[in-house]
Amino acid sequence: MHGLPSPSLSRRDFLSRSAHGFGAMALWQLLSREGFTAPAAAGLRGTHFAARAKRVIFIFMAGGPSHLDLLDPKPKMAALHGTPMPESLSPAKKSATGGVLETVMASPRTFARYGQSGIEFSDLLPHTGAMADELCLIRSMHGEQANHDPAQLLLNCGTPLFGNPSVGSWVNYGLGSVSQNMPGYVVLLSNSGKGVDAGSALWGSGFMPSTHRGVTFRSAGDPILHLSNPPGITTAAQRARVDVLRDLNALRRRDSGDPEIDSRIASYELAFRMQSAAPELVDFSKETAATKALYGLDREVTRPFGTNCLLARRMIERDVRFVQLFHSTWDDHSDLNKNIQINCEMTDLPAAGLIKDLKQRGLLDDTLVVWAGEFGRTPMGEVRRGSTAGKEGRDHHPNAFSVWMAGGGVKRGHVHGRTDDFGFNVVENPVHVHDFQATLLHLLGIDHERLTYRHAGRDYRLTDVSGKVVNEILL
Amino acid sequence: MHTPTKIDARPRRRPLLLALTLLATGSSAVARDSGKIGFNHDVLPILAENCFTCHGFDEGKRKADLRLDRREVAIAERDGWRAIVPGKPDESELWARISSQDEDEIMPPLKTGKQLTAAERETLRQWIEQGAPYEPHWAYVAPQDIEPPVVRGSSSAIDRFVRARLRDERVSPSPEADRATLLRRVSLDLTGLPPSPLEVDAFLHDARPDAYDRVVQRLLASEHFGERWARWWLDLAHYADSDGYLQDFLRPVAYRYRDWLVEAFNRDLSFDRFTIEQLAGDLLPQPTTAQRIATGFLRNTLSNREGGADLEEFRVKQVIDRTTMVATTWLGLTVGCAQCHDHKFDAISQREFYRLNAFFNGADEVNIAAPLVGEMEPWSRAKEIYDAKRRELLTPFAEPLAEMQREWEERLRDAETNPTAEFAWLRALEVLGLTWGQGFGEGQLEGVNIVKTPPDQRTPDESERLQDYFLRHPAAIHQVKFKELKVAEIVSKLEALKKGLPPLSRAPSIVETKQQRGSYIHLRGDYLRRGDEVKPGTPAALPELRGEGPADRLALARWLVSPGHPLTARVTVNRLWQELFGRGIVPSSENFGVRGDRPSHPELLDWLALEFQRRRWSVKEMLRLIVTSQTYRQSAQARPDLLMRDPQNALLARQVRRRLSAEAVRDSALAVSGLLTRTIGGPSVRPPQPESVSQEGFANKWESSGGADRYRRGLYTFLQRTSPFAQFVTFDLPDLSRSCARRENSNTPLQALNLLNDPMFMEAARALVARVQREAPDQETQRFEQAFRLALARTPTPAESRRLLAYLHEQKASYAADPKSAGELLAENRLAGSAAESAAWVALASVLLNLDEFINRD
Repeated sequence: MHGLPSPSLSRRDFLSRSAHGFGAMALWQLLSREGFTAPAAAGLRGTHFAARAKRVIFIFMAGGPSHLDLLDPKPKMAALHGTPMPESLSPAKKSATGGVLETVMASPRTFARYGQSGIEFSDLLPHTGAMADELCLIRSMHGEQANHDPAQLLLNCGTPLFGNPSVGSWVNYGLGSVSQNMPGYVVLLSNSGKGVDAGSALWGSGFMPSTHRGVTFRSAGDPILHLSNPPGITTAAQRARVDVLRDLNALRRRDSGDPEIDSRIASYELAFRMQSAAPELVDFSKETAATKALYGLDREVTRPFGTNCLLARRMIERDVRFVQLFHSTWDDHSDLNKNIQINCEMTDLPAAGLIKDLKQRGLLDDTLVVWAGEFGRTPMGEVRRGSTAGKEGRDHHPNAFSVWMAGGGVKRGHVHGRTDDFGFNVVENPVHVHDFQATLLHLLGIDHERLTYRHAGRDYRLTDVSGKVVNEILL
Repeated sequence: MHTPTKIDARPRRRPLLLALTLLATGSSAVARDSGKIGFNHDVLPILAENCFTCHGFDEGKRKADLRLDRREVAIAERDGWRAIVPGKPDESELWARISSQDEDEIMPPLKTGKQLTAAERETLRQWIEQGAPYEPHWAYVAPQDIEPPVVRGSSSAIDRFVRARLRDERVSPSPEADRATLLRRVSLDLTGLPPSPLEVDAFLHDARPDAYDRVVQRLLASEHFGERWARWWLDLAHYADSDGYLQDFLRPVAYRYRDWLVEAFNRDLSFDRFTIEQLAGDLLPQPTTAQRIATGFLRNTLSNREGGADLEEFRVKQVIDRTTMVATTWLGLTVGCAQCHDHKFDAISQREFYRLNAFFNGADEVNIAAPLVGEMEPWSRAKEIYDAKRRELLTPFAEPLAEMQREWEERLRDAETNPTAEFAWLRALEVLGLTWGQGFGEGQLEGVNIVKTPPDQRTPDESERLQDYFLRHPAAIHQVKFKELKVAEIVSKLEALKKGLPPLSRAPSIVETKQQRGSYIHLRGDYLRRGDEVKPGTPAALPELRGEGPADRLALARWLVSPGHPLTARVTVNRLWQELFGRGIVPSSENFGVRGDRPSHPELLDWLALEFQRRRWSVKEMLRLIVTSQTYRQSAQARPDLLMRDPQNALLARQVRRRLSAEAVRDSALAVSGLLTRTIGGPSVRPPQPESVSQEGFANKWESSGGADRYRRGLYTFLQRTSPFAQFVTFDLPDLSRSCARRENSNTPLQALNLLNDPMFMEAARALVARVQREAPDQETQRFEQAFRLALARTPTPAESRRLLAYLHEQKASYAADPKSAGELLAENRLAGSAAESAAWVALASVLLNLDEFINRD
């Protein structure tokens, strides 16, 4: 039922109990140098089939970026602007947050075709547009959650409920970490004035051990907590502490017979190595001015998000497997035209710069970059108390939205799926959030139906009980 | 075809060795020998794992209209075939399908990735041959009173059950742990604090036969006992000091419930009363303030106070959370799935979930006046003056204000009955409901409930609070009038008056709503999609709700602790056991359902559950019973003979080493260094933590507490849901948004960094040195041994001494050559001796606080 009996049960048992997640691979590598054998024979961690992507940079655009004003042009709406929505699509209703939704709101933005692929992008995304031939745009995403928390949880954790592991945790748990001196799953945050609704649950490990949760790198002070030695402890003194701890713990290991102590010893070694590796990671002094400009580090508006994009590249270069960027918030119930502009100014150039940089370094082929929010927005304009003409917003809309992917085994310059003339419903090749997740895991060589975790008496999956791989977008 | 390898790093629940299979399924070797297949022991796990997804309880997912969880359906005649023909495997479709070689025929289908082993198939075949008898799920049957077997050398019932099993398995128990280890173990287990060297000495030299019993008695009587066990319960309550969600407003009075818990454990409030007061203290006749504070258990759900949130949506969410946490805590059932669909594996339907939910649908949040000692009198005196002045201030405007408020209230009430009529008034109602008491941890719906209470039925306090709110939130239609009357000025004068009122502490509580509110099934868990209306009721698989009176929370609470209830006592003693052995008798302590683990010692579990009730539900007595058993007192030494045979220690042939909890790691460092502030109770405190964490919470600045509050026990550390205390997160504090029955024990480099580099732990190292200098003579060996004994409650071995002293000397030399570092390490040095010497001692002390042994209990 659970596969073939393994000849090395005790070893697997030992590893599984002692080497959860973060640094697990590094741990067994460390141990293998000390005479253990690698656990490959035990089938501990590996892929179900050949992986197209070795690592993921997941840009989560929290709040629900408007597909209608960014990625999914609807020219026919222009003529209907201000008229009631067709009854068949949507009777007037109270919005999720109390605004009034009655009439069609044509996009105030213009769209243009880019690259050889000719994919249309909003004028707010000129830099992303310039990378059109590298992107795989899915215009037929859909979910069923209309509020931020549940929708964000669905996209990141596969269920609208709190308490389940995030996609990064699943990947980290399934594949282990390859980095010797970095966590396998790192989270970077930026915002335009407001945080992410569902908060840290989106990179939490839910019912899995906490070692699988995303490690938040911090923008100020230590990128990882307590990374610096305390005052008065030099590197040599730290080494001496780690050495004496190793010896004392080894004595205890001998006396108690507890194999978990080996893991403790290894964790101190890893900690010591992280201390020297992490500062180098966040030190951009060796990056050229051209590279920095590529990410917009030279301009204030792009610097926060750009810094995270550059950090993401530096992390995957150092074998971090899953980097997730959170940018918030795109929740524009009013004054959409202005707010969306701010967010695009902050993020368009750095996100495109990231793709460009990964490509020129030969990293894009086996790195999957994902750009997604939790839902799209309504074609109806939302008029809130006090909002005047031109200051309308759009409401949450889970029926249809757009995401893009790049690299890591997805088609280039490709558009998948189609929505109706109002971007209200998907009319061709629907991709449910679970399908999107199944595809993401597939690209990493994981069968989403077979990556399971047993909790409270049942086997859980990222994709719950559904999800199918979108083969049409695979290279 | 081979089953593809699952990428699964966890130990298999169903291990592959036969001996372990026996352990895991809980059937004894004797039963196996008799050849009789037990449904619960042998068959049900196979069916639940492989078949019930499509042929079980969940109507929505059921295939071929066949369910195998009900005998009458499984054996029913259907168009010429029967899934099971009792006694005749060869005529049973079930057998034909599971033994089929045809890829299209075989069950479970290939695409499920599930495959039966030959042994499992054979079990099913024999079971059908034996007539395919069904049994109810073990956990839904009342515990059986079984006489403990007689075992030579063991008098306690616990040991007789455990050792009889060991005897049958031909495994010898482990010897008793040495006294120092035992004392440290039982001290940490019962109070969460390590023993002092004095306590160690006293125990080592106590030759009386009941020396250990006396230690246990002392620990149970310690007021730190309540602190340790309150934290255990808070995991289930998913307690925090803030609302959660984006803005995560503070709940400055949440601690009143936490303090109630500490006190309840310390006075050993019987678990049945403990249950009733937390779930329905407000419904007891003439409830005391303490009983009403007890319902604070139900106030630990998250609160969304964002202007944009929907009032009803989050209320429904809170009620569902309450239902889920009560089911997890008392029933050991994960019913959460049933909020959206029928439970696939357990006999909890969606309807039953919402019937359980209906008990809590009328429970509304309210904060009550809960004055602390000494507050009431000065407050009453000042309040009289305040009331007079308030009247004086408002009387000139009384009429127009009252008129406007009447209109305001009416419009709000209208908005509720007719939400689409006027948006502005709907918003006003929602804002009243959402933001009421924001930042004070007040009950959210209280404002709305007052508006809906006829004015002559409001308490003076309610009237005053509503008026206060009204004056501060002028409606659009009143703005001109408000200006004319200069209401803003009145408000600021009121504000000033209020400053003259001394504090009167409040506490979170629950009150039964005054409104008629129907309870419904929510389709797919969506608050907008109402299905049938439902009445409160308990799941059919469990005993009926009996007794007179309404089916309310009080009835539910009494039902939970009624004699013969199959779950509450079992679930609770199992969790006590888990705290003391690192693993429950039922390892899945959060799930006693069909898919949960089976008890390793079912008779022992039943005996404990009944004994718990015989001992008047006394938690202290149950703990005493367990920690004085031979089983508990065994050495935790790993045994080569058990490494393969019983890696999880299911047989209990030894104790286990366990890492200390997040809070206990901190408490231990503070305790051994002498820094710990031992005050019990009070508002939560904010010990220093890295700035990058303290800035993480949304607009909630973490101002570090000063003085003695820096060194309080971890129990008192302020828990901000969106950015919990960093060191606790690193050491596996559970997610504060859901009930946790079982904490993880991870082992990570982040923990190493924390212990090595956190200024708090360095401060503890310096304090430890200062303490040793005070307490031990100025002699290297004696100081070293004292430091070691403080940290680990034992004397060092020669090998340990040699290595640590070599390190000390080496550090002394380094710091002598580097006086700058020595100075930095010592910080505001008040240590005796040269800087290099002191610095080396601090380095040594920090090593002691980093030892694996220091953060584990053996």
